Amino acid sequence: MSELILDRLRKEYGSFVAVDDVSLRVEEGELVALLGPSGCGKTTTLRMIAGFIEPTAGRITIGGRDVTWDPPYRRDTGMVFQSYALFPHMTVAQNVAFGLEMRKVPRAEAETRVRRALDLVRLGHLAARLPRQLSGGQQQRVALARALVVNPGVFLLDEPLSNLDAKLRLEVRVEIRELQKRLGLTTVFVTHDQEEALTLADRLVVMDHGVVQQVGTPEELYESPANLFVAGFIGRSNVLRGRLAERGRFISKGGLALAVPADGMAPGEAALALRPERIGVAPGASDGGVVGRVALVTYLGAATEYRVTLDGGETITASVPTPRPGDPLKLVSAGDAVTLTWPAESCRLLAPGPGATPDEGGL
Amino acid sequence: MTTRALEAARNGAAAAPATGHARMKRRAGRWALRGLAGLVFFFIFIPVIFVLWISLFQQQIVSFPPEGYTLRWYENAFARSEFRHGFGLSLQVAFIAMVIGVTSGAAGAYAIVRFRFPGREAFNTLLLGPLVVPGIVAGTSLYVYYIMVENLLDVDFRGTLHGLVLGHILLTIPWTVRLVSASLVGLDRAVEEAAMNLGAGPWTTFRRITLPMMRPGLVAASLFSFIQSFENLELTLLLVGPGRTTLPVAMLNYLEFRIDPTIAAVASVQIVLIGALMLITDRFVKLSRIV
Ligand SMILES: Nc1ncnc2c1ncn2[C@@H]1O[C@H](COP(=O)(O)OP(=O)(O)OP(=O)(O)O)[C@@H](O)[C@H]1O
Ligand SMILES: [Mg+2]
Repeated sequence: MSELILDRLRKEYGSFVAVDDVSLRVEEGELVALLGPSGCGKTTTLRMIAGFIEPTAGRITIGGRDVTWDPPYRRDTGMVFQSYALFPHMTVAQNVAFGLEMRKVPRAEAETRVRRALDLVRLGHLAARLPRQLSGGQQQRVALARALVVNPGVFLLDEPLSNLDAKLRLEVRVEIRELQKRLGLTTVFVTHDQEEALTLADRLVVMDHGVVQQVGTPEELYESPANLFVAGFIGRSNVLRGRLAERGRFISKGGLALAVPADGMAPGEAALALRPERIGVAPGASDGGVVGRVALVTYLGAATEYRVTLDGGETITASVPTPRPGDPLKLVSAGDAVTLTWPAESCRLLAPGPGATPDEGGL
Repeated sequence: MTTRALEAARNGAAAAPATGHARMKRRAGRWALRGLAGLVFFFIFIPVIFVLWISLFQQQIVSFPPEGYTLRWYENAFARSEFRHGFGLSLQVAFIAMVIGVTSGAAGAYAIVRFRFPGREAFNTLLLGPLVVPGIVAGTSLYVYYIMVENLLDVDFRGTLHGLVLGHILLTIPWTVRLVSASLVGLDRAVEEAAMNLGAGPWTTFRRITLPMMRPGLVAASLFSFIQSFENLELTLLLVGPGRTTLPVAMLNYLEFRIDPTIAAVASVQIVLIGALMLITDRFVKLSRIV
């Protein structure tokens, strides 16, 4: 268990930059999730930490030791692979014992530790099975036990849940988090599933095109995304483009004048991000809000989404608790006028760069 | 033709259910497939069965129906020294060629699959080469080549054990390269990475992880190499020497002077040996999964 530091870690393939100067500090016992769309360089980063890919530049330090040029077998990392990568010709117990054997742990001690590791993942009764005789979830837990039994300084997981069905994914997710907490493991967890990252991680690293977009706690990322990419990638955001006329007043391209928090950006071109669930919907047109026509009502069970077209042509999606029978909102359907309201402090002003939201303005 | 028939059968099976017409078609497809399989079996096994049968015929000149049954052709086969010695030599050559051929062929396959080096494609083609050269041509070339080497080095090659073994190694290499490459290509690299991640160095990883995972390919390669060498006639013809004749060549020599069921008896022994080898091998690795 030790601190992991990445210092301007970089990987180039020819002229293509897969990982672009990633710097990161993972504290002892902390779980950090690497999150980003496919091809953004998550796996490459993780494999550089494990030593399977040589970085083009930068430094990797584990527990104060520079391991940048150490081969994988001399780094103190425990990795769980997406494909589990169990040794097919060895039993579950032999799989788990392998790392201890390599570390020349005395047999008696190794047996105890293997048993304990298997109990930890509740597979003690399957010790004598071969991997192919196990279900996907069981194989996954063997892979966990195999990586954990050696007490790795850094625990690395590359989309360990992506081969499991939805229900199992939830179970194993909780299990991994509990184990990680209990054992105080310094952990890097790669995923492209934002919900997984939000529920699991102490801190998240959002990457895009090899570049770290933002590092922070789930709440920080959700409440104060650093840019449009993060705003669209973590949760969902309505994005309005326009300009900040003066501090506290934003004018959208569609001519909508909105009050926004007065801190931060200087006047000029800007984008405004607004979470759908921060928006209230009232039937009919009235003052004191933004008026538009409902384009689409989507029932999602606990919540209902209203896609509203504003007079200026922009679209805003609002997500509200599904109205109960008798609520006048219940009767609102496509074509009806509605009034949208939200607190000014829910608006987040961002630099007007390219965003992750494909459908500008409307999610 | 076979594939097309199979496909037709499969399409038949996949066709929409419900309508009687579709069901008829599907049933017809299934019968076509069964018939085809039966036909293939028939053509493969009929000669084998006939050889086994004829080896027991009473009469010297093979004719049907048999006048009676006897084991004397087997007695004759075992009594004749050229068959005994031929059998021994064939076993010996096949075994040595198999060991050397599979070892070096597997190393070549490993290099081809795992490393990128200039001339890799050419190397691959070269190793598969013996498969496309007709045996008799390869034998003649080797013969000429051996003469050159003998003149140059003053070491005998023609008619010697090492000359034979060297020639037979050529037979074993293409099979080994193909079978072992296939088993390596299907091997998930992450498994080896997992071993390294757990502290195993490259050599330990190879010995404890890669090699065991290659085992089915190696076993199959050994079996096929052995059979290739044990049965080979064409390439061997020119390489044998006086008093040093393999079983297939001994059989050919015998046939020059007489035709009687002794040959069938010898062939039956061959068939039983190879069949037994395949059955034993199949107990350890499922051949149907590899080949
Ligand atoms: N050996 C290689 N040669 C060239 N480009 C590569 C190589 N390996 C990876 N890349 C590229 O580097 C980028 C990052 O790849 P990486 O596997 O790290 O993505 P990822 O974030 O893990 O994506 P995913 O979520 O799909 O697993 C990709 O665009 C990929 O095409
Ligand atoms: Mg990946």
